[in-house]
Amino acid sequence: MSTGTTTVDRAPGLLAERQGSPLQRLARTLGTPGGAVFILCGVLLAAVVAANPNFGEPGSLIRFIGRTAPIAIAAMGQYFVIVSGEFDLSMGSVVTMQVVISGNLIGQDESRILPVMLLMVALGILVGLVNGLATTLLRVPSFIVTLGTMLALSGLVLYLTGGAATGNPVDSFRQIGRGGIRDVPVVDIIPYPAIILVALAVGAVLLMRRPYGRTLIAAGDNPEATHLAGAPVWWVKTRAFILSSLAATVAGIILVGYAGVHPSVGRGYEFTAITAVVLGGVVLGGGRGWVLSAAAGAFALELLFTLLNFLGVASTWRDTVQGVIIILAVAAAGKAWRAGLRPRRRDPATTAQSPGSPAGATTPHTPGSPAGETTGPTPPVQGTTTGEN
Amino acid sequence: MSTATTTPTRRRAPVTSTGIVFIVLALTIVAGAILTAMAGRNFFSPGNISAILTGTSILGFIAIGQTLVILAGSLDLSVPYVTSLTSLVAGVIMAGQTSNIVLGVVVALGVSALIGLANGLVVTLLDVHGFIATLGMGLILAGYLATNYKGSAGSAPRDFRLIGATNIGPVPVSTLIMLGCAVLVILLLRRTRIGHHLYAVGGNREVARMSGLHTTTPVVMAHVLCSVLAGMAGLLLLARLSVGSPTIGAQGGYDLMSIAAVVLGGTVLAGGKGNILGTLGGVAIFAVMDNVMGVMEVNPFLKDVVRGVVIIAAVAVYARRTAGRPPRFGRQSLGDAALQEAR
Repeated sequence: MSTGTTTVDRAPGLLAERQGSPLQRLARTLGTPGGAVFILCGVLLAAVVAANPNFGEPGSLIRFIGRTAPIAIAAMGQYFVIVSGEFDLSMGSVVTMQVVISGNLIGQDESRILPVMLLMVALGILVGLVNGLATTLLRVPSFIVTLGTMLALSGLVLYLTGGAATGNPVDSFRQIGRGGIRDVPVVDIIPYPAIILVALAVGAVLLMRRPYGRTLIAAGDNPEATHLAGAPVWWVKTRAFILSSLAATVAGIILVGYAGVHPSVGRGYEFTAITAVVLGGVVLGGGRGWVLSAAAGAFALELLFTLLNFLGVASTWRDTVQGVIIILAVAAAGKAWRAGLRPRRRDPATTAQSPGSPAGATTPHTPGSPAGETTGPTPPVQGTTTGEN
Repeated sequence: MSTATTTPTRRRAPVTSTGIVFIVLALTIVAGAILTAMAGRNFFSPGNISAILTGTSILGFIAIGQTLVILAGSLDLSVPYVTSLTSLVAGVIMAGQTSNIVLGVVVALGVSALIGLANGLVVTLLDVHGFIATLGMGLILAGYLATNYKGSAGSAPRDFRLIGATNIGPVPVSTLIMLGCAVLVILLLRRTRIGHHLYAVGGNREVARMSGLHTTTPVVMAHVLCSVLAGMAGLLLLARLSVGSPTIGAQGGYDLMSIAAVVLGGTVLAGGKGNILGTLGGVAIFAVMDNVMGVMEVNPFLKDVVRGVVIIAAVAVYARRTAGRPPRFGRQSLGDAALQEAR
């Protein structure tokens, strides 16, 4: 959460995140929206197990993780874009495109798996590059750019397939989404999607700790300041779009195994991913949030659906419950972010030297829209608020 | 992302963004006329003009409302579901009886106003981003619609259907109603206090608050009006189809298409800058494009491809142009900027 850019000349422990014992720090983290989503996951999991004890067995839990992997991966990809202050609405269409490509180009020929996968990755990079460059260099709002690529890609896919299911990739390719390492003690099977998810999660966490991740969060928080600090904001954001499209590509590869080849696979994925990311406490408008919280948001969402399923709620009400939950979660998260920010500013020593103070902890930057609307009532304490971000 | 991060050296270009929208519209019409002529038809025949104007009316209603919400710095993704819901509510109440028309219209618009009120209150009081608040509201309505309506329901009496079918010369009545609403909203934005407050709050809510404005009122009003206008679109769809349908809004993709039309019309997605006239231009561009592609018998899926490319390209034209402008809240004092926005 905190970007941890504390300067040397200040007293140690200036950042509230760095104070206290590890246990206290953990407790405080769980109090933030990004931490609370893990508690939410735990509560939902307990509720699901209470509704259906079979779900608590390791074997079905790991299968659940495998089932949730594609949406969690998509959420992590969407996280990169959202934390940099943008949107990626083209994600669902990229998933659809990759699913249809793999179905039609691989066919029953195993030797084609590798080249086609390379092609899919290349196309994913291309879509991300187009989204990113149009957003950053042409300065079209990302909402509009990715809406345009969404329309263009889904139209193209529907045109080429005629809207019907076509093609069927060879089974060994579908094993990526369907299969797993068998005969494992305790859990019986470790699905490949779960392994991919863990690997990507570790990679994403490491990436966010690298200079790139720090710059990305800074670019989402205040692009102008980041630009003035010498970072190539356009390239940082473009790479975020590429990561998002690549995540959609991976989700598509996994979904081929689960869902088969149909142009409706992936429909609505962008909004589910955004919902998961927001549920994970990541602030729309950028600059705040943890990548694993985004993945946890996806798990919370899936657990919620599973719970509704077990409780016998008609599937048509799922949307309604989801709508209520995301509104409440975001409202609660917004209050929590502000509540968590206020007390720290009471110390006059930290507020006096506000310009250039540690970014994540004390900036009175409120959650805003991707393009500079300031939503929350910023406490007018520091007077350094810029109108745009 | 919309505001300039590069050095603000160039002065403001003399052409307003609304002017550019209408230049683009003129180019679209010229291109459309040529393409239509190549297909052996007359673009300017009364029938075709009537068809284009009919195509503007439904998206026009929704886009006018969406403009208000976007100017206020929010978004409304729940409009397609409001549209479906009002078409069903009004259709079921009317049930083919002419005497029930008024009741049906009033109840339907009342329901949509309540939905807009809920949106506005969630956005302002709970401080939920408009994207999430209305996405959630859309999901809530989608669940309600899917649970309670298995298919088309209700029926519109003949007198009500006439609204969708009557033309005055080449101009459909529905388009005239839409333009009437547009005029009312333009007057609201230009001539009333709350309209100016809407620009101020959308431009910078914090500055507006510190200037002593009630920041919640304009935002709530924008959401209520947006939902009511979406409700009117639903009523018009009911008049055209004579039955209410739970999927008509989602099929139209009115949420994203209306946002695209608004941005195509030169309104800044971040709020505080833009106008209704530009939005009407954006809607007209879409309508002309659809009409031309219809005449040329373009594959309906390819239409989406063309739409997507045109949206990006058109917005890029003036997004690049505004890139050279001085930042709205840069070095000048914050109050000046707010005044400038509220002009």
